[in-house]
Amino acid sequence: MISMILKRAAIAAASVAMTASVAFAIDISGAGATFPYPIYAKWADMYKKETGSSLNYQSIGSGGGIKQVKARTVTFGASDQPLKPEELEAAGLTQWPQVIGAIVPVVNLDGVAPGELTLSADALAKIFLGEIKSWDDPAIKKLNPKAKLAAQAIAVAHRSDGSGTTFNFTNYLSKVSADWKAKVGESSAVEWPIGLGAKGNEGVASTVANTKGAIGYVEYAYAKQNKMNFVKMVNKDGKVVPPTTESFQAAAANADWAKSPGFYQILTDEPGAKSWPITAATFILLPKQPQDAAATAEALKFFSWAFAKGGKAAEELDYIPLPESLVALIKKSWAANIKDADGKALAN
Amino acid sequence: MRRPPGFPFPLGEWRRAAGLRMEMALTEQTFEDPGVDNLAKEAHVSDIALSGERAKSAEIDRRQVLGKLGLFDRLFHKLTLSAAVLVLLLLGGVIVSLIQGSLPAIRAFGFGFLASQSWNPVTDNFGAMAPIYGTVTTSLIAMLVAVPVGLGVAVFLTELCPPPLRRPIGMAIELLAGIPSIIYGIWGLFVLAPFLQQYVQPALISTFADTPVLSTLFAGPPYGIGVLTAGLILGVMVLPFVASISRDVFETVPPVLKEAASGIGCTTWEVVRHVVIPYTRVGVIGGVMLGLGRALGETMAVTFVIGNAHKISGSLIAPGTTISATIANEFTEAVGDVYTSSLIELGLILFVITFVVLACARLLLMRIEQKAGA
Repeated sequence: MISMILKRAAIAAASVAMTASVAFAIDISGAGATFPYPIYAKWADMYKKETGSSLNYQSIGSGGGIKQVKARTVTFGASDQPLKPEELEAAGLTQWPQVIGAIVPVVNLDGVAPGELTLSADALAKIFLGEIKSWDDPAIKKLNPKAKLAAQAIAVAHRSDGSGTTFNFTNYLSKVSADWKAKVGESSAVEWPIGLGAKGNEGVASTVANTKGAIGYVEYAYAKQNKMNFVKMVNKDGKVVPPTTESFQAAAANADWAKSPGFYQILTDEPGAKSWPITAATFILLPKQPQDAAATAEALKFFSWAFAKGGKAAEELDYIPLPESLVALIKKSWAANIKDADGKALAN
Repeated sequence: MRRPPGFPFPLGEWRRAAGLRMEMALTEQTFEDPGVDNLAKEAHVSDIALSGERAKSAEIDRRQVLGKLGLFDRLFHKLTLSAAVLVLLLLGGVIVSLIQGSLPAIRAFGFGFLASQSWNPVTDNFGAMAPIYGTVTTSLIAMLVAVPVGLGVAVFLTELCPPPLRRPIGMAIELLAGIPSIIYGIWGLFVLAPFLQQYVQPALISTFADTPVLSTLFAGPPYGIGVLTAGLILGVMVLPFVASISRDVFETVPPVLKEAASGIGCTTWEVVRHVVIPYTRVGVIGGVMLGLGRALGETMAVTFVIGNAHKISGSLIAPGTTISATIANEFTEAVGDVYTSSLIELGLILFVITFVVLACARLLLMRIEQKAGA
């Protein structure tokens, strides 16, 4: 009996020692947004195979990521919601967009094929405000003269958990509707005038799937992989665009990044004939003068590798890589902003 | 040391469990009389006189054995005491950190927090009324479902069930208790909610359309998810607690009492109503309270099916929210002191509600015991 206990203790000690040695090798740690987690995890896996360096990313939510990087408990933070330049300055952080995604309205309507329905910004805002209550409302009919729309009540579904998806969606509605801005506003969670709250993309998706006449919003990757009935949108230039990789990239390319300090740029309602109106970038936050310069330098190497070689993996997971012009701007900002204690730039 | 009705361990078991291969002669014959409640003196080593060990012929040192026993007893005392103190420390720590965490919200809103229905992260204006209402309502619906069904199951299993069915049904109930709440949530969202939406809710709405009170209780479009659905799921989750505890206490009713009642011509219903329930009510209420405690705090399953709307609606089929669902939904992405602190204050309120419920249960039990004693 005693020998058995000893044996077990020895095994336990050995395994602790092993995990300790593994833990020692992980020198990049990150925490934050759940939305980019699949691609960060994939990149980390690929990067480890190529270079042997590993990255530990905890998808605890944007709010948590911001808190942790402010407390300097992680090498980098990740957030779907960019910090305002003054907030960045106060916390001694720098930020940049890492990858782009998009948000797509999805519906559950009998007799309407995926991509058949078109909505305008105004109609979308009025639906989510509860002012348009039925699918045969003249405002919707005018946009869709050919679709068969019955006098069916609209059931609105939204995220109940605080989320970057909600932030970008409500940011869009605030930009396009003064009414929305005054009554609801933009945030990762808002006081919804109507509707059912569901947890996560999967919750919204199943609420929409189960409720006839429902409309909700989910991340593009989710809508695509589940073959959901997505909606085309009228963009800022008045053109009808479908949610595709091209339309998301167009939105990112048309944003005026060079003139936005700290890359504070939310990609909703961008100009351009091909721009998808509810596009969203997800951001990385890094201390300007990190305590652990070696880890930060390693993290910058990782992100630079991801810009160079991670594009294909991102597209496979339905994320959109950044346009090259933007990557050049980001690298310039690294050189100018991220320095070690002696004032030497950490990026190379 | 009041002896609960139907002390679950036979005395022989207890003695064997002591693990001493010694003959014990009791100075007091309290065990022999089943009617005596007071077992206070049973457990003291000093009450046990050693009459020697049979296995060895050599004489044993009486003092050494007693000393060993005494040392063991003192160690045992310290060990259990430290376990109890640990619980108190943990509880104290939780309370202190909850109060500390909610200070910014308490400063910002005061008692208005309890009376306000608003929950607006954009303007940082928060109130707890909608989650409190949702928590209480869903728990009440859950108890309305679980208590009658749970008691029914327990009565059937102990009084009426043919022996071959007894084990499978008992096992099924215990399995029901072992299902993780996320599974209940997913099942509720994908199976129960669409079923309610298509069949049950339209029927409820049309049936009660003209009845004064019920028409408001069942008003609005049938979404499938909402306060009623959350209450029903909670009912299913709480059911095993009520059923298995009731079954266990029903089994402690001395057969002689039931047989006597049957002997004077009582029906099964009358035996249950006048003998079994009065004899076991303390245990049954305990089971119900345990279930209520779980219903009040349940998070994951409720989050899936309640609709998560910060609104108080007169209708049971409208979406609502509960305290724990709100915290689970919003804590990860809550930014800003007042927001986070309001969520922590919600946690504090849930703590207080649970405490009040438990205190009420205690009061109720004391009343019942006094009445029974008089």
